[in-house]
Amino acid sequence: MLKVKEATRTFNNGLAGFNNISFSIEEGETVGILGTSGCGKSTLLRVLSGLDQNYDGAIEIRGAGDQPIGMIFQEPRLMPWLTVKENILFGAKDEKEKQATIQEYLNLVGLSDFDAHYPKDLSGGMAQRTAIARALIGEPDVLLLDEPFSALDAFTKMQLQDLLLKIQQNRLTTMVVVTHDIDEALYLCDRIFILGGQPGTLQAELSIDVPKPRDRGDSFLAGKKAEILELLHIEKEVI
Amino acid sequence: MTVNIDEKELFVTKGKKSVKINIERKVRGLALGLVIPFLLLVVWEAAVRFNWLDAYVFPAPTTILQKIIELAQEGTLWGHVGITFFRVMIGFLAGTIAAVVLGSIVGYFKWFEQLMDPLIQAFRSIPSLAWVPLFILWMGIGESSKVMLIAVGVFFPIYLNIVSGIQGVDRKLIEVGKIYHFTPLQIVRRIILPASLPSFLVGLRSGVGLGWMFIVAAELMGASQGLGYLLVVGQNTYSPELIIASIILFALLGKATDSLLKALEARALKWQDNLQNQL
Ligand SMILES: Nc1ncnc2c1ncn2[C@@H]1O[C@H](COP(=O)(O)OP(=O)(O)OP(=O)(O)O)[C@@H](O)[C@H]1O
Ligand SMILES: [Mg+2]
Repeated sequence: MLKVKEATRTFNNGLAGFNNISFSIEEGETVGILGTSGCGKSTLLRVLSGLDQNYDGAIEIRGAGDQPIGMIFQEPRLMPWLTVKENILFGAKDEKEKQATIQEYLNLVGLSDFDAHYPKDLSGGMAQRTAIARALIGEPDVLLLDEPFSALDAFTKMQLQDLLLKIQQNRLTTMVVVTHDIDEALYLCDRIFILGGQPGTLQAELSIDVPKPRDRGDSFLAGKKAEILELLHIEKEVI
Repeated sequence: MTVNIDEKELFVTKGKKSVKINIERKVRGLALGLVIPFLLLVVWEAAVRFNWLDAYVFPAPTTILQKIIELAQEGTLWGHVGITFFRVMIGFLAGTIAAVVLGSIVGYFKWFEQLMDPLIQAFRSIPSLAWVPLFILWMGIGESSKVMLIAVGVFFPIYLNIVSGIQGVDRKLIEVGKIYHFTPLQIVRRIILPASLPSFLVGLRSGVGLGWMFIVAAELMGASQGLGYLLVVGQNTYSPELIIASIILFALLGKATDSLLKALEARALKWQDNLQNQL
């Protein structure tokens, strides 16, 4: 469970970052965060992950296990001196044990032929897939994703979204997904938060009560999409 | 069917050819670089033979080669080369260890940098050769003052490169370690050290270059053996061939150590995304 109470983290004398955000996420729930560029989404994830401690307010994360939080950054952030395989195992506590599952993850992200390559020889999407495998193999209780699939082609993107759904349902992972892709948010999330403004505030919250896996062409979802677009649009007019 | 096979063979030979062409191109490049030195040597040799140059001032290349062979046959050459090499290596090792220890701490702890860096920078602005008289006063003319001088010369480039290497490590990579709750020691070992390796190796290479520079100074100021000592002997006995022979030996040794480090660098940094590693 993840509880955020009146959290604020601003830069530039309160002109950037996010301001006074409160929400609470149940265990196993998937929450999407949508919002215009620069409204503090990445900043919010950094605060949630514990990387940024200079916030006001309270954050409470309750989760068992020795790897409570996993994070997929907006950039791949691979170690350039490690091969794809070593990068995926980077941070794995029990490396021996993971050796058995590494092949499975390589297959899942479609990189089984590239396990010995260095990041310099990977395309942008391959690097991002490596980073995704690195985060997933740690089996975190809370997974924070910052535009995880934005560098990928439509087909790979859908495959990985399905992979994420599968893993989420197997392990009941709590997920917070920042994305610019409204369809992605509608496909993956139980709830969607809309952030807006400078500094960003929580402008709206939508529940998507459709059982998963969902049909990407669902007319209900299409209605929700229109609603979200409307919200994003209104927010634009406010600025 | 036959067409198919033909095509395959065509493809294979094409691949082989391109490798061959590559090697050929490399050899040709090397050969091209040797043309001018070779011509110069020939002109030089001829100039001495035809008495355009005074052999007592400018000995012919063959005379110099003879001198080196003579030294080798006498058996003294190995002693001179060995002791010089030994001094450089010990000094290099000492300087490197000091630089690694101090550089890592200064690079990693901000407060230690504020504490130590002004002092180290002040010492850096002293031309290292100015230490010579002091070291001789303190340690006499023996081995320790020579090794000390080399160590001081080697220290600074390595130190500076380590500090800037560590401070230049991408914060974003360190954050990945923090997500996995790495201890500070793990962050140093698994992220900071490998990430700053390239600049450390650059430091090593310029350090070893300076080491060879300072050994000359150290041996000129007083030694009873070593290549620098041969330089002095050559000067005192009016034998330019001995001087040039030692210069050549210095150059060969310097080049050898640098090539060694360069090979090490290429091996250790094959992951680096630079022009050299392009396929
Ligand atoms: N360390 C920092 N120092 C100063 N300003 C910062 C810092 N980090 C973020 N900001 C500012 O905070 C604002 C929000 O940044 P953030 O990266 O959270 O945006 P975002 O919502 O993730 O945008 P995008 O969708 O483009 O990724 C930006 O205006 C940025 O300039
Ligand atoms: Mg962002």
